Amino acid sequence: MPHALPAIKPGAATAKLDYDNASQAGVLHLSGDWRRKSRRPEPGAPALPQAMSSLRFDCADLTGWDSTLLIYLHDLRRDCHSRGLAVAWDTLPAGAGRLLRLASESPATPTSSTPTWSWLSKLGRHSIKTWDGAVEVLGFVGELVLACIKLCFGRARMRWSDMALEMVKAGPQALAIVSLIGFLIGLILAFIGAIPLKWFGAEIYIASLIGIGILRLMGAVMTGVVMAGRTGAAYAAELGSMQVNEEIDALKSMGVPPMEFLVLPRFLALTAMLPLLGLFGNLVGILGGMVVGLYYLDLTYTQFSQQLMETTRLADLFVGLFTCWVFGMLIAICGCLRGIQCGRSSEAVGQATTSAVVSSIICMVIATAAITVVTVALKI
Amino acid sequence: MTLPPPIAVRNLTMAYGSRVIQRDLTFTVRRGEIFIVMGGSGCGKSTLLRHLIGLQAPADGVILRDGQDFWALSDAARDRIKRNSGILYQTGALWSSMTLAENIALPLQQFTRLQPREIRDLCSFKLALVGLAGCEHFYPSEISGGMRKRAALARALALDPEILFFDEPSAGLDPISSRRLDDLIIELRESLSATVVVVTHELASIFAIGTDAIFLDSESKTIIAQGSPKDLLNPAAPPLVRQFLTRGGSAPE
Repeated sequence: MPHALPAIKPGAATAKLDYDNASQAGVLHLSGDWRRKSRRPEPGAPALPQAMSSLRFDCADLTGWDSTLLIYLHDLRRDCHSRGLAVAWDTLPAGAGRLLRLASESPATPTSSTPTWSWLSKLGRHSIKTWDGAVEVLGFVGELVLACIKLCFGRARMRWSDMALEMVKAGPQALAIVSLIGFLIGLILAFIGAIPLKWFGAEIYIASLIGIGILRLMGAVMTGVVMAGRTGAAYAAELGSMQVNEEIDALKSMGVPPMEFLVLPRFLALTAMLPLLGLFGNLVGILGGMVVGLYYLDLTYTQFSQQLMETTRLADLFVGLFTCWVFGMLIAICGCLRGIQCGRSSEAVGQATTSAVVSSIICMVIATAAITVVTVALKI
Repeated sequence: MTLPPPIAVRNLTMAYGSRVIQRDLTFTVRRGEIFIVMGGSGCGKSTLLRHLIGLQAPADGVILRDGQDFWALSDAARDRIKRNSGILYQTGALWSSMTLAENIALPLQQFTRLQPREIRDLCSFKLALVGLAGCEHFYPSEISGGMRKRAALARALALDPEILFFDEPSAGLDPISSRRLDDLIIELRESLSATVVVVTHELASIFAIGTDAIFLDSESKTIIAQGSPKDLLNPAAPPLVRQFLTRGGSAPE
């Protein structure tokens, strides 16, 4: 009794099983073009009659084949094997038979099964991971402090030339973007301030607004955000790629601590450069505000500068620069930490970079809030 | 009608800017052959491969793929030819953010209309073919270098290419793994009737699998010997080639 497989359009690849009840022998007629582009039977091996004891193939009408025939037969082979059926594999086209044999010779490696977790264990694992992360951050900061102490005694394995290079990258090369953003922030701040000030006829106070706003806060924040996106991300990507390429392992195995050799120069360079960049940003920001004061509010240069000098204090500038300095440390720590923690794939480098920028911005906001509260409390 | 050879190179000059790597390369890779490109380190073997697979344009000369001038074709036609070649990169170049199965599935998803189930079966089959059955869900970073190489071979085979390129297939493998890979290359060539181009300087591989070969010389910047590796051992071959093939054993007289 012939077992017909689902009907297939003419001209397409077909597999038809003929089964002879008397001899319990089956013949699988393969015909047509068994290639990707042609129409093929549904995937999955044909159902073989229970009593069948042997199987051979008839490939007289087979015009072409590729891997699609092989996966069809691979399933069949598994079926036949589990039933102990005698199959004449040599009746297949020579190459196909050999490839099937090659594929089935491969010992099956046990697949790594990912266990499913209940919500409680998920919560537990997440908590443990968060805790471990926090410990890791503390450990990193502690190691960094130790490295700094070692540096003071001149025993850190850091090359000053590396630090100089990092300073150039984090300082002069960032001037253009910091000045552009600083100027525009000053401009925007002044425009926004100008609207309510005009209502009260108090245009002159634009100088105070800009002075205090930029010096104390905005200068530092915009420099910090620009540098987090620019340099913090670069640190994470750089160290992350080094982790992927096993360059960090190479340093460790040579007895060169990556903390001193890679992190320390970046940390020092950024903490040194950020206050300077902030100072420059302040200057350009006030310039931006002044442009609005002079050309939009029709103040004179003397009026503006006098008001600025009278209402801003040196303390404002120092609070801003102190904030910059703190930001420099935070950005460097976040960038380097994420880079060092990076996994070993290209995707992990992307994650490290993203996470470096996000965490440094969050840290900066928290730090700003803390500094503001403390300075207000201390009446600085 | 006889089919044109899969690869024919005529007077190819390769250069980076004004620095010429190799000049006047002329050779033909015949169908079904395992063609070896050998030569010392830095002689431009890998650069030649980059030209053949379409990553780099020749400075001068013609590369014919299936009888067509490869670099004069439209982008679409060139892509079609590229899709017909499987490439095994030196370090595997598996996409590290994807599992092995996803790595193999990507070309199938992009360039075929197979059903998801067929793609899954094909991935498992190709992995089984290279001896990695059951490793579908591993990430490249979780497996050994040898396994990564074999997985990369499975990916190169995904689209059933008619021509396979191997860049240093045995680099970084132990002798047994590299022997297994050689056997696999021979087996695949015979079963799939594919053409294979191998860039290597592994002597054992050269003699085990090569049916034809060219030797690139970095001094004269061109091919100094051509023929089956065993023929290149005869006394008529240039001394440099014999020296290379005998690991410096027979010094030039």
